[in-house]
Amino acid sequence: MSRPGNRRPECHKINRDLFVLTYGALVAQLCKDYEKDEDVNNYLDKMGYGIGIRLVEDFLARSCVKKCHSYSEIADLIAQVAFKMYLGITPSVTRNESSRNEFSLILDKNPLVEFVEELPAGRSSLCYCNLLCGVIRGALEMIHLTADVTFLQDRLKGDKVTEIGITFLKKLEEKKCRRKK
Amino acid sequence: MAIFSVYVVNKAGGLIYQLDNYAPRAEAEKTFSYPLDLLLKLHDERVLVAFGQRDGIRVGHAVLSINGVDVNGKYTADGKEVLEYLGNAANYPVSIRFGRPRLTSNEKLMLASMFHSLFAIGSQLSPELGSSGIEMLETDTFKLHCFQTLTGIKFVVLADPRQGGIDSLLRKIYEIYSDFALKNPFYSLEMPIRCELFDQNLKLALEVAEKAGTFGPGS
Repeated sequence: MSRPGNRRPECHKINRDLFVLTYGALVAQLCKDYEKDEDVNNYLDKMGYGIGIRLVEDFLARSCVKKCHSYSEIADLIAQVAFKMYLGITPSVTRNESSRNEFSLILDKNPLVEFVEELPAGRSSLCYCNLLCGVIRGALEMIHLTADVTFLQDRLKGDKVTEIGITFLKKLEEKKCRRKK
Repeated sequence: MAIFSVYVVNKAGGLIYQLDNYAPRAEAEKTFSYPLDLLLKLHDERVLVAFGQRDGIRVGHAVLSINGVDVNGKYTADGKEVLEYLGNAANYPVSIRFGRPRLTSNEKLMLASMFHSLFAIGSQLSPELGSSGIEMLETDTFKLHCFQTLTGIKFVVLADPRQGGIDSLLRKIYEIYSDFALKNPFYSLEMPIRCELFDQNLKLALEVAEKAGTFGPGS
C-alpha cells in the first residue's frame, strides 16, 4: 500500500519572486567578487553541494521513495519527483544511447531565470544556474553515488533548450564511512 | 511514559543525539542496621543489589547514596570503597538510597556503536540479498525499533512493547531531523545535534505518539 507523501501541516508559501530575486542577487554578488567565470561557476557549485547534502534528507523524508536499483530510475526520480517538489517543474529525461551512465534533464521552463534575458557581456561562460548542478551532485553523494553534473546546453547562452547532464561515476563504497579514530 | 528513549546514530556509528523520556525513577531510601540483609555485588563499576529484594528495593538497583552523600561508582564521596564500608559493623546504622542506575553518556556512545555494528551484521547474515538491517528488537520489557535512512542515518526508539505507531513516529523524527537539524546552517553534518528546536519538536512528537499510540494502528 503506498503512502501519500507527508505534508507539513503549515505549508509556508513565500513569494516565488523573492526566491528568484534572492538567487539573482547571489549570482550578481558573486560576479562582483570574482573576475573569472570559472570561479563563479565553482562557487555556485560548492554552494549547491552544501545545499544538496542537506536537502536530500528532506526529500527522502517527505517523498517516501523506495531504494532505486538503476541509474535510470534515479534520473527519473530526480526529474519527476525532486524537481517537481522543489522548483515546481518537471524536466524530461533523455538517456545517452552510447553510455549506460549518462542522462540528460531537459528543462523547458526554468523559474530561476525568469527575469534574466541573456548573460552580460564579458560573462559568456557563466553558468547562471550552476547551483542546481551542485545540489544534484551533493544529493547523489549522500546516497553513495558520485556523479558529474554540468550544464550541457543553456538558453541564456543562445542554445535552444537548457540541458543538465548527469554522468554517474563509480558507486561509492558504503564502508568508506569509518569511525574517526 | 510509553516511549523510553530516542537515539540518533550517524553513518559512522557515532551517537549524535540521545533523549531519555523515562518516568521519574523509583528510588528508595532506607536505614539499615548490621548485618545488611541485601546481597550487594560489584558490576560494571557500580554496586548493585544481587539478591534480597524488599520494600521497593529491587534486584538490579544500584547504590545511589549513603547517608545522604552521593556514591561515585564503587567509591563513596570520601574515597572509601562502598562494599568495604558496608561490611564494617562500626559504620551502622546507615541510610542507603537505592534506585535504577543511569547509563553514563560514555556507555550510551558505546552501546550505539555496538548497535551500529550489529545492524550491519544483521543485514549481512540475511539469507536474502538486499535485506534491511535490524528493524525491531523485542524483549519482555521493551521493544527497540530502528529505521535506517537511505543516507545511512539510524533513528532508534525504545518503547513499551504495547506502544503502537512507532513506524510513523520514526518517519516523523526523520522529518524533524531534516527540518530542524539539517536546515540549521550552523549545524555540521554527522556532528552531535545541539539544536533547541530539534529537542522541542522531538519532545512534542513523542507526546503526540504516546497519546495516539496505544490505541492507534499497530506498528
